[in-house]
Amino acid sequence: MKSQESISKNSEEFLKGIWRENPVFVAVLGMCPALAVTNSAINGLAMGLATTFVLFFSSTLVSLFRSFIPKQVRITTFIVIIATFVTVVDMLLAAWVPDIHKELGAFIALIVVNCLILGRQEAFSSKNPVGYSMLDALGMSIGFTIALLSIGVIREILGNGSLFNIDLFGQNFEPWIIMILPPGGFLVLGFLLLCFNRVLNKKSS
Amino acid sequence: MNDFIWIFVSALLVNNFTLSYFLGLCPFLGVSQRLDTAFRLGLANIFVMIITALCSYALNQWVLPFAPYLRLISFIIVIASAVQFVEMAMKKLSPDLFRKLGIFLPLITTNCAILGLALFSTNKGYGFWEGLVYALGAGGGVTLALVLMAGIREETRLLNIPKLVEGTALNLIIAGILSMAFMGFAGLFST
Repeated sequence: MKSQESISKNSEEFLKGIWRENPVFVAVLGMCPALAVTNSAINGLAMGLATTFVLFFSSTLVSLFRSFIPKQVRITTFIVIIATFVTVVDMLLAAWVPDIHKELGAFIALIVVNCLILGRQEAFSSKNPVGYSMLDALGMSIGFTIALLSIGVIREILGNGSLFNIDLFGQNFEPWIIMILPPGGFLVLGFLLLCFNRVLNKKSS
Repeated sequence: MNDFIWIFVSALLVNNFTLSYFLGLCPFLGVSQRLDTAFRLGLANIFVMIITALCSYALNQWVLPFAPYLRLISFIIVIASAVQFVEMAMKKLSPDLFRKLGIFLPLITTNCAILGLALFSTNKGYGFWEGLVYALGAGGGVTLALVLMAGIREETRLLNIPKLVEGTALNLIIAGILSMAFMGFAGLFST
């Protein structure tokens, strides 16, 4: 009986980030990377994975040390931990996939100020045991990656006629360039939020 | 001199921080209900950006050549603490100014626009004066975007908007149209 309960709590902590509390579509956190780097599917995916790495390891660390971190300087401590992992991921990407690293540019470094990551430390990891914190971080970052990927896919298909750099429509397709430019980011996310609202509204009524 | 004007206008209009780099979106979407609040937030932004330009110049000059891997950590911590000190000094010396800008300062310090400014001006290799002009332009651009957005949102309050569209979805679509308008500035300097 008890193990069943803990399994359902585990899956609850994991799943809430993917749908019910999706960081981008529901909580509207981490907007800057969600819009800035999603001009193609592959960039969105890379950003999502980099954020996953940072969020997972900082949540784990914060949760491990949660009883040692003094309350007054907790935000500063979280930021130092996050900045350390961002530096790590910045160097890893520069070494492994220099092309993507060049394209994402300063936005990798800007993961530090992604409100999603700091928000999870403050709201969850600093209060919950390591296991739950890891699950929560994984769920949230998968939700974030899915959101980034779907924005990236839509913008790349509309704006470039391709998906993961594979041409979809052939010669006759006239790309809708505005979609891979900055305004496209705002518009696509705006319309995605509309769809999300509609689905949620239908469910509740 | 021409260079300075170019840097300023580029950061202000052509490469507007909010509308073409997507930096500082949280306050842009969150604190843009009222025109006067948005304007004051913009001023606070310019203020913090100038401090940022000074700090990042000092760090680039004297610290980071010896420890490049400390770039992110040192930027954030130094900027945050510098702003904290200025806030305290302001509270003591000019309570009036503090009341106008003070509440926004902690909110802005961990904003992506601030760290973005430090990183971009480092990447572009700007010197002291260039960095300062860049900060002024970027801050002005953020203020401009905030004020425009707040102005439009004040107008929409009188309209009859479907419940589904209200809130962030509508704001994002307005921002998209604003950003499209700003793209018109792209040809400004290519004579």
